[in-house]
Amino acid sequence: MNIALFLQMAAEACPDRVALTHEGIHYSYAALYEAANKAAHRFSSSDCEFVSVLDVSSPAVPISLMGAAMAGIPYVPLNYRLSEQQLGDLLDRIKPVFLIVDDFKAAEFSDIEGLVEGRQTFLTSLELAPVEHFSCIEDPSAVAIQLFTSGTTGTPKAALLRHEHLVSYILGSVEFMGAAEEQATLVSVPPYHIAGISAVMSSIYACRRIVQLSNFQALEWLNLCSHEQVTNAFVVPTMMTRIIDEIENNNFSADALGSLIAIAYGGGKMPLPVIEQALDLLPAVSFTNAYGLTETSSTVTLLGPDDHREAVNHDDSSIRSRLASVGKALPSIEIEIRDEHGRKLEHHEAGEIYVRGPQVSGEYLERNALIEDGWFPTRDAGYMDEHGYLYLSGRADDVIVRGGENISPAEIEDILFLNSGISDVAAVAIPSQQWGEAIALAVVLKPKADLTAESINALIRSKLRSSRVPEVIHFVEELPYNEAGKLLRRVIKSWFS
Amino acid sequence: MELKPGLRLRSAVCDAEVMVIKAAAGDGLTCGGESLLEQAQDAKAAANPEHMHGCVIGKRYVNEAETIELLCIKSGEGSLYYNSDELMTKDTKKLPSSD
Repeated sequence: MNIALFLQMAAEACPDRVALTHEGIHYSYAALYEAANKAAHRFSSSDCEFVSVLDVSSPAVPISLMGAAMAGIPYVPLNYRLSEQQLGDLLDRIKPVFLIVDDFKAAEFSDIEGLVEGRQTFLTSLELAPVEHFSCIEDPSAVAIQLFTSGTTGTPKAALLRHEHLVSYILGSVEFMGAAEEQATLVSVPPYHIAGISAVMSSIYACRRIVQLSNFQALEWLNLCSHEQVTNAFVVPTMMTRIIDEIENNNFSADALGSLIAIAYGGGKMPLPVIEQALDLLPAVSFTNAYGLTETSSTVTLLGPDDHREAVNHDDSSIRSRLASVGKALPSIEIEIRDEHGRKLEHHEAGEIYVRGPQVSGEYLERNALIEDGWFPTRDAGYMDEHGYLYLSGRADDVIVRGGENISPAEIEDILFLNSGISDVAAVAIPSQQWGEAIALAVVLKPKADLTAESINALIRSKLRSSRVPEVIHFVEELPYNEAGKLLRRVIKSWFS
Repeated sequence: MELKPGLRLRSAVCDAEVMVIKAAAGDGLTCGGESLLEQAQDAKAAANPEHMHGCVIGKRYVNEAETIELLCIKSGEGSLYYNSDELMTKDTKKLPSSD
């Protein structure tokens, strides 16, 4: 059981199909498999204990991922946007390493323990190497991927995903060669994000061509969709917002997206108006919301296309509100909502989300976070309705405890997102003498909106309870997000201290 | 031979290869009427013509009780049996692509 088996099968079943397109260069499944075999030889004979790619998306990404898997060496993609200091700290934790970087940056890393190679140098070396079959290391419990968490709350943790977790996820959710030859998926999430990694694996197993976009820009994304006749794509919410903006502002005609069949999104909270707009602007496209974490090998719940279309125009508000849900658990996944004492909660009661299933690793290099009977406490907060639809209300750590009352930031944010004058908003906890914690609000207004702190307070008071009215409101130009679309609440909190 | 998840086996009568997803006890696993072999073993055998309905890459094969499950990783002309019951294909639940 090795994730490289996916590529081996694809190369066996459809060797000549195009597997990958990057800046006009194509790889067939046979070529990709051959390159991965050669990479496995290089990694294996280097005596390095880690293979790392510190770079944007390129053919070197799937080749290194699969080559490292064959050689039984953990693959560690690194975030190229980190500071020199942060990168140094992470590189210190993966020694000795076979490091693949942008060719212009190779010299900067010449003193690391291991081997550094520019992306193009690496790819050329594989082209020149003799064709050799590499015998896969067969150990289901070997670490396939070590992924550093984004560290929004502290020192990045090293999450471990073993072959057995990833294989369970792909076999359980993707049909082998399920894609027709003309299908292509546009991958614009960075390669160090779990969604970027699972996109590579599931596309290869479905035999769906991957079109890589190295740096996301909305207009470039749209042009590439049209030029490469893209049929599928995954985006994080901030990407979707920008794509919709380009179409709304008539910089790009939705008619040119005729090839597009499906868009999946996840990785952060999607503002309701954005998905409603997307459904309206792209009526022929199927939308899927996916919720998952690095520690769960990506997706654990799905809100499918039918749910989206049914919800958007439904008279029943309980069905319409499903648009804000992350959907139902995958067949192999169990979900429970528990309170702070670990007791299982009833439908509609908010608490922490626990997940269990064969794809769930829940393990860090530093410690195993799985508790009794294999349950993984996600630290995400939410509730489930009687039909099994899961609703997220933020990180468990983000809950504002005001005078003993638990307030989810989403409660307040969701109300304000419905106001046409507000473009973005975040509620965070600030220390309060009187209440222990109080609510602080950071608001981004739309151009020409005439909202004041008083009118926002009045709006919250009219829709919710007075305990939800913020102590203080800051109006700001924009909210801080990391490149994966995750809102950085820690930074927002610091604005109020 | 002990079956365990992740074990790769090949047919003695055709090109078929399978990987064990869910293991059950016993030696009763055959393809084309002959026992499946571990990768290193090298043996060719004559097929039982009544066990030649084929197996297809990417399909999952289970017995009726679903106590055993194999993933076909290379197609072949032989068909898979466990304890003289022919294994059937199991459908992956169709899910929308999420990544």
